[in-house]
Amino acid sequence: MADASPAVAVSGVSKVFNPGRPNEVHALDDIDLRITPGEFVTLIGPSGCGKSTLLRLIASLIPPSDGAVEVNGKSAEQARLDQDYGMAFQKAGLFDWRTVARNVELPLELMGWSKSKRRTRAAEMLDLVRLDGFGDHHPAELSGGMQQRVAIARALSFEPSLLLMDEPFGALDEMTREHVQDELLRIWADRGTTVVFVTHSVPEAVYLSTRVVVMSPRPGRISSVVDIELDERSALVRDAPEFHEAVTEVRKALRAVEGG
Amino acid sequence: MSERATVGASDASSAPGAGRGRGLLPRIPEPVVAGVVILAVWEGLLALVQPEGFVLPAPSSIVGALFTNAGTIWTATRITGWVIVSGLVAGVIFAVCAALLVSRFRLAREAITPVAVAVNAIPIIALAPIFNNWFGLTSVRSNQLIVVLLVSFPVFINTVKGLSLADAAQIELMESYAASKWRITREVRVPTALPLFFTSLKLASSLAVIGAIVAEYFGGRQDALGPMITQAAGLTRYDEAWAAVLAGTLVGAALYALAVLAERRLMPWHATVRSGGES
Repeated sequence: MADASPAVAVSGVSKVFNPGRPNEVHALDDIDLRITPGEFVTLIGPSGCGKSTLLRLIASLIPPSDGAVEVNGKSAEQARLDQDYGMAFQKAGLFDWRTVARNVELPLELMGWSKSKRRTRAAEMLDLVRLDGFGDHHPAELSGGMQQRVAIARALSFEPSLLLMDEPFGALDEMTREHVQDELLRIWADRGTTVVFVTHSVPEAVYLSTRVVVMSPRPGRISSVVDIELDERSALVRDAPEFHEAVTEVRKALRAVEGG
Repeated sequence: MSERATVGASDASSAPGAGRGRGLLPRIPEPVVAGVVILAVWEGLLALVQPEGFVLPAPSSIVGALFTNAGTIWTATRITGWVIVSGLVAGVIFAVCAALLVSRFRLAREAITPVAVAVNAIPIIALAPIFNNWFGLTSVRSNQLIVVLLVSFPVFINTVKGLSLADAAQIELMESYAASKWRITREVRVPTALPLFFTSLKLASSLAVIGAIVAEYFGGRQDALGPMITQAAGLTRYDEAWAAVLAGTLVGAALYALAVLAERRLMPWHATVRSGGES
């Protein structure tokens, strides 16, 4: 499987918003990035570095101005139409008018699953994010951390091979955040899902990722890539010297970006 | 464990009227108490001051007139009620369809919105005599058309606004699932628009009553509520005129109550959203 097609292949991609207008913005310039299946890749960088834009390009929610994005060996557009990926945002984006279980079922409904299959899967997924018993609640009755876990369950419900996450834990307090991070890592390890993750937080990037992609702003470029090699991800590793070394390495890379 | 606590707390705060029923008035809703007090003061004041009957009949004589004229008032209420309900239903369906088109297609937006605003600028009741000439002086069609025009605009404007309030992240999520535009409308825009739609529906239910009765002053069936009010008032039978007004009021109140019931039935999440404290 050495030459299996990459989960994500971004080649020579640039993105210009409002081209030819006074508010023209070069969001991304000549980005190359290959992500192999099963990797956990985090995009990090100061605001305006285009990390969210890059994620939206991979999701084919916006088209590139130049270059090509491939997902699972096909165009990003085709991958979106084939529902190859699940997505989660900083806002949980749950539908207030649906119960928690029916929020998780939403992508399955769009894919035409039968009601009984949807029910079963939603229950499994809520179990996975440790929200069993909350299926009949409405999202407004849940705390922010619980809502975010519902959003993750929804993104995972149809077992996509790729998970795209845009600062999904940004609005959570520290305790909840660490808890949900561990949950995500457990799911990632269990299912072998490829994850592309956007964050501001260096410790979060190091704790979660196999690879951290550091980006620089105006125009957005990849300035360095840091491979993270941690034996085990658990609360203990957050105090381990190799964790702090990795954090320092990413911080240095970020400082170089902000200095330049 | 803290999760359970969160849910329990919001459940308790959303329980309706928990811990009310105080003092001497157990389990009597406040509006009923207020209504009874107002009627009692009205009746008592008229008994004390004793003005001439045409100024303001007492509630008891209005209710009396309602019973002595029960047959004609019931017929009139059915005729006017049909104008109100048919006009309201047609107007709401028309307005909602237009709003869906406008929110979905830019071309429709540019074509329909200015026309809607222009139609709304017309004093619609003033068209009643003209419509009577179109449809015939004793036809209810002109009255129905007045009601349709009167209720369409508020429902249209509010529904368009509601459909446009959909959350960008939710729409992006639907796009990530390759959902069609109509699917996004159904799953995201329509539920988002429901609160504003129901606000406009409640407004429209009162407008429909006003529109129907005032339109009937100018033409339509002569045994409807409108002509009954003008004739009774012309003959200084004020208790009878007020009884007819009361009948129209009851139709309006019933429609309003139906709108509230439909709102509760179709938006069970809304109460929890409002009391949940997270928006």
